[in-house]
Amino acid sequence: MTAPVQTPPAEDAAAPVTPPGTPGTPGASRARLDFGRPTRVVRSRRGRFSARLDVRAAVVTLVLVVLAAAVGVVALGVGDYAVAVPDVLRALTGDAPEVIRMVVVEWRLPRVLLAILLGGALGMSGAIFQSLTRNPLGSPDIIGFNTGAYTGALVVILLLGGSYSAVAAGAMIGGLATAGIVYLLAYKNGVQGFRLIIVGIAISAMLASVNTWLILKADLARAMAAATWGAGSLNGLSWTQVLPVVLILAVLVPPLVLLGRRMNVLEMGDDAAQALGVRSERTRLSLVVVGVALTALVTAAAGPIAFISLAAPQLARRLTRGATVGLASSAAMGAALLAASDLVAQRAFAPTQLPVGVVTVSIGGCYLVWLLAREARRQ
Amino acid sequence: MTATTTTPATPATTTPTAADAPAAGYAVGPAVPGTPGVPGEPRLRAEGLSIGYHERIVSQGLDVAIPDRSFTVIVGPNACGKSTLLRALSRLLTPSVGQVVLDGKTITSYKAKEVARRLGLLPQTSIAPDGITVADLVARGRYPHQKLLRQWSREDEDAVVRALAATQVTPLSARPVDELSGGQRQRVWVSMVLAQETELLLLDEPTTFLDIAHQIELLELFGDLNREGRTLVAVLHDLNHACRYATHLVAMKDGAVVAQGAPGEIVTAELVEEVFGLRCTIIDDPVTGTPLVIPLGRRG
Repeated sequence: MTAPVQTPPAEDAAAPVTPPGTPGTPGASRARLDFGRPTRVVRSRRGRFSARLDVRAAVVTLVLVVLAAAVGVVALGVGDYAVAVPDVLRALTGDAPEVIRMVVVEWRLPRVLLAILLGGALGMSGAIFQSLTRNPLGSPDIIGFNTGAYTGALVVILLLGGSYSAVAAGAMIGGLATAGIVYLLAYKNGVQGFRLIIVGIAISAMLASVNTWLILKADLARAMAAATWGAGSLNGLSWTQVLPVVLILAVLVPPLVLLGRRMNVLEMGDDAAQALGVRSERTRLSLVVVGVALTALVTAAAGPIAFISLAAPQLARRLTRGATVGLASSAAMGAALLAASDLVAQRAFAPTQLPVGVVTVSIGGCYLVWLLAREARRQ
Repeated sequence: MTATTTTPATPATTTPTAADAPAAGYAVGPAVPGTPGVPGEPRLRAEGLSIGYHERIVSQGLDVAIPDRSFTVIVGPNACGKSTLLRALSRLLTPSVGQVVLDGKTITSYKAKEVARRLGLLPQTSIAPDGITVADLVARGRYPHQKLLRQWSREDEDAVVRALAATQVTPLSARPVDELSGGQRQRVWVSMVLAQETELLLLDEPTTFLDIAHQIELLELFGDLNREGRTLVAVLHDLNHACRYATHLVAMKDGAVVAQGAPGEIVTAELVEEVFGLRCTIIDDPVTGTPLVIPLGRRG
């Protein structure tokens, strides 16, 4: 018997209602309808709250969240000053000697938290764009928003010589402006997925050459700084960077709870969505705004981390065997992937620290080759 | 509720104008709740509609009223504006002039979900997400009735069970939609629209791409739904299908309505020649008594 995912109002006592099982099938809380996949129905007694839960998707998401947390705990312990897992946990509950608390909570925790949060943001952003374009290639790093954010950051680093927050702002503006341009150029009686991808790839290619030109024109020290930023790295991030990320996510994620349902309806085509009471163009624009903001947030905080938003939704979808990409499972997969990638980036060539972007590009590159080969074979 | 045993109703032996004939065939729910809207006025009508795509005017000054509880079929040659009219009636297209009135109010004044609770539409093309199962797809028809905290109520479940049964796809409910045949798939889409539980159903070329047996099967289903009290508006290509199943026919040409009324009253050789440019003779359908259009071709 499942517990309700959300606590219903108090007088609406939480009691998962068990609809009568189909004749011959034990397991009374199974839905009366055969959805072809394990499904649980949760309802409060007065029916004010009800939900249909896809068991496989829920389990996969949960396992991925646990995995991301486990990787995080490991990452908190390893390093020049090794801390055993029990000590890590004690430090997290505020029950450890000062020096261990310092290393775990002050130095390492912000980085691990950021890896998980930013990974989740990338996963969701990828899910949004892949759903909108109905295409596994329709992820923000393919359609140019990362490149645009890099252009914004480069302009700040090279021309204004900015601080961390100035670079972050530059990246944010660059990413949003690029998205705006791609959206407008792809707009013709509404935006279609494939046109968005093609226009995005074109804009991305143009911006990539602008980026190269900017770096070539710069003096060596600044060019080095710019190139390092461009790889995407979580090195040296501290609590100062965590707070803004948490605040922005707190603004961006709640609307997704509503938009996510409309997103699924929109996947059936504009006419079908309109017929069901979803204003397709308005919904699409809202989703684009949230999706771009999520990517821009990551780029601003840590530089362009490639391939997580491309791979996470599809990997999660393979595991959930869902018909479409899911926001929650993609977020969990993104978090687990980025946390694991960052652990590899820190430890693979220790004491040399790799930018996490190098690791994600390597993993993502393999994934992309596999994806393209598979798509090619299918056609 | 799970009465899938009944076979499609036998074809009516009289001109099917009886809008309130007893419900036959499928057990589709507590079909018709109290009719909202203004008494004495048709629930759905177009007033002085001018519609166009990119400055090209397709229709001008259209006045069409959909009689309540009718099975209205819009016919006409290709590009006569019949799909455009249907799209305007379902607010997929915004007219440049005029308005569509639904239950006494202009359709654009409703919230999108509110329209979707009153009026269902089967679009010409919809996309079934890869590998989605039949029940999952049909359940999406409940979207306009769902809220953030009420995503799968008992009513939702009942409506889906009924919709699956009405279209006889209950045995397929666990199957992926993309594994089904064309005829089955179309019935699944119809099932999704039925799950929406609207009294008004708009169908944009629902039988195109189906073989003749599946076309008839679907049209029989629509006839049953109509007899249960639903108002149907369909765009059909086949004039003889339209004559047999429609209770109200709207003939269009060049974006204008040429004639409307019961098929038995308006379908004449002159009308067919005027609308389609086809010389023909009209006989009584030996099965239903409705008009049957026989093209003369070169031999006539």
